[in-house]
Amino acid sequence: MDPAPLPGQPVRVLVAKPGLDGHDRGAKVVALALVRAGCEVIYTGLHKSIEQIVAAAADEDVDVVGISILSGAHVHLTRALLERLRAEGLDGVRVLVGGNIPHADRARLLELGAAAVFPTGANLDEISRFVVDLPPRARRCNA
Amino acid sequence: MAADKSELRRVVLESGIEVAPVYGPADVAPVDPARDLGEPGEFPFTRGIHKLMYRARPWTMRQYAGFGSPAETNGRFRFLIENGQDALNVAFDLPTQMGLDSDDPRAEGEVGRVGMAIDTLRDMEVAFAGIPLDRVSVSLTINAVTPAILAMYVAVAERQGISRARIRGTTQNDILKEFIGRGAWIFPVEPSIRLIGDTIEFCAREMPNYYPTSVCGYHIRESGATPVQEIAYAFAIARAYVGEGLSRGLAVDEFAGRISFNFDVFGNLWEQVAKFRAARRLWARLMRDEFAAQKPETLKMKMIAGGGGGGLTIEEPENNIVRGTVYALISALSGTQTMALCCYDEAYTIPSENASLISLRTMQILAEEMGLCDTVDPLGGSYYVEWLTTELEQRIVAEMRRVDEDWGGIVNAVREGHVQQAVARQAYEVERKIQSGETVKVGVNKYRRAASSAGEVKLHEHCPQAMEEQRRRLAEVKSTRDAAEVRAALAEVREACAQKKNVMPAMIRAVKAYATLGEIVAVMKDVLGEYREPVRL
Repeated sequence: MDPAPLPGQPVRVLVAKPGLDGHDRGAKVVALALVRAGCEVIYTGLHKSIEQIVAAAADEDVDVVGISILSGAHVHLTRALLERLRAEGLDGVRVLVGGNIPHADRARLLELGAAAVFPTGANLDEISRFVVDLPPRARRCNA
Repeated sequence: MAADKSELRRVVLESGIEVAPVYGPADVAPVDPARDLGEPGEFPFTRGIHKLMYRARPWTMRQYAGFGSPAETNGRFRFLIENGQDALNVAFDLPTQMGLDSDDPRAEGEVGRVGMAIDTLRDMEVAFAGIPLDRVSVSLTINAVTPAILAMYVAVAERQGISRARIRGTTQNDILKEFIGRGAWIFPVEPSIRLIGDTIEFCAREMPNYYPTSVCGYHIRESGATPVQEIAYAFAIARAYVGEGLSRGLAVDEFAGRISFNFDVFGNLWEQVAKFRAARRLWARLMRDEFAAQKPETLKMKMIAGGGGGGLTIEEPENNIVRGTVYALISALSGTQTMALCCYDEAYTIPSENASLISLRTMQILAEEMGLCDTVDPLGGSYYVEWLTTELEQRIVAEMRRVDEDWGGIVNAVREGHVQQAVARQAYEVERKIQSGETVKVGVNKYRRAASSAGEVKLHEHCPQAMEEQRRRLAEVKSTRDAAEVRAALAEVREACAQKKNVMPAMIRAVKAYATLGEIVAVMKDVLGEYREPVRL
């Protein structure tokens, strides 16, 4: 239903902090890196519920939602976000997970449906490249 | 043979100060020893706040601990005390920090995860069972909900037969830094500062041995700030709290000496040592010249230093034991009163018992094997250290002036998000320098091994059963308390907030009635509102 983004149109990214964790250094650093890579970035601020994040993703018509979690609650929150996006018909939105993610949980997040996991210390250029290189139509193909 | 000076690589510290290869008498000519250094224990306290420093008594060792249920946390407290730790530093879980009960849907997945869960006074009674609160000094890492948690602490102490006047300890209670880094805020900026004023006033009048506020440059630096920004913003914040105390009709010497500081140690060794020496001198001058403080206690900058989480690495975690050792050395050379170290596994997980013990042992070895307690301020008089101390002091003063002149003071700067933006941009620059290799992190961007050693750390097991027990205890407390008294006490909290009266008496009544933290905070939000975060990238 949505009009297809024109080739070369910037990727729109929602950087979000779900849950109660207040550590946003990584989220802001990644947001600044994406801005410099030419993305349009919206940062939600702290303490957002999954419902608020999905509503913002819909309102802002984003291609990507990046969530950052450092409290250890990443599996619970990622699952909840993906379920809610599907329920709202936003399956085409890619979900990236960042933060303090132990090795053992990374495969699990990908299995749940995250497009990529970028744990603490991930290379900023790699993150930007991954986002910028997402195939343009794949971004909103759910419509 | 010897390289020409022009061929040497440039050395520029994080604070932007360029370092020469050699320093000598000419570099310290502007430093007047009587005016700028003084004797240890005397104005301006550059050399330390006590005459004999560690020769009389080593620094206090206070590792951060707390996880899961109050009973589990009580076990870790006893373990640390049995192994020679003389003070506690309590971690609370995120729902507690945000004023949500363990049975709140928003707390799902977070109960007991990064600290202990506190719902009612019953939990505090369990957590501190068998720990005498007049002898063990307890630091409570709590901010937005400090009035309620402090009230519970008072109630537990009184039940142990300890009068308010004898209670020792500290609440972190620095909300302005929560808006800059760490993020555990609830209420808008102005009422949040008023609540800090309430605790400062209450302690000044009733709990003279308590430190109601520990102003944290620590989290500001952990969020990306330079050492200069760390001290400058912390001092700007502390000034705001001093102003709040004065507005209650207290004299500066009645309360400002009970404001302490929490600072970070990582990065360049010399820059950190000079930072602390400069900070002590500047704080003493500021309190004397701006607030006309007279009592030495008010002029002395007391601190907990250490931590250093921002300097530790996920890669090759054992290297963090070495880094932690040097952070402890820096803290001791800087004349800290209290020390806490991040543990080597802390980039991954809640520290294991073994990792906590290694941090405690690090401090004990430095204090008792290495001669760090023998002589006061052993680096005092060093050409380099004294020159650098003066450089840092000047830059801190300049950054504080920027806060006032460009941003309209710290309260406005936080409300509008200027400090947050400056710190986030600095964090981005730091990350870029690490990723480009300009800032060396051994094992991360230099000498990195092909096979990653990541994942070798044993992760703290989050225990869902303990959480069920937590919720059961909450339900039991709710069903056995006097509901009418709870309602009346909560109405008093509401009234105190609405009338801008000191909330502490109403808080103490409410917690003694076993009102839950969530109930108390809901009433406060209703009256005070909630903070709306200014988002500036």
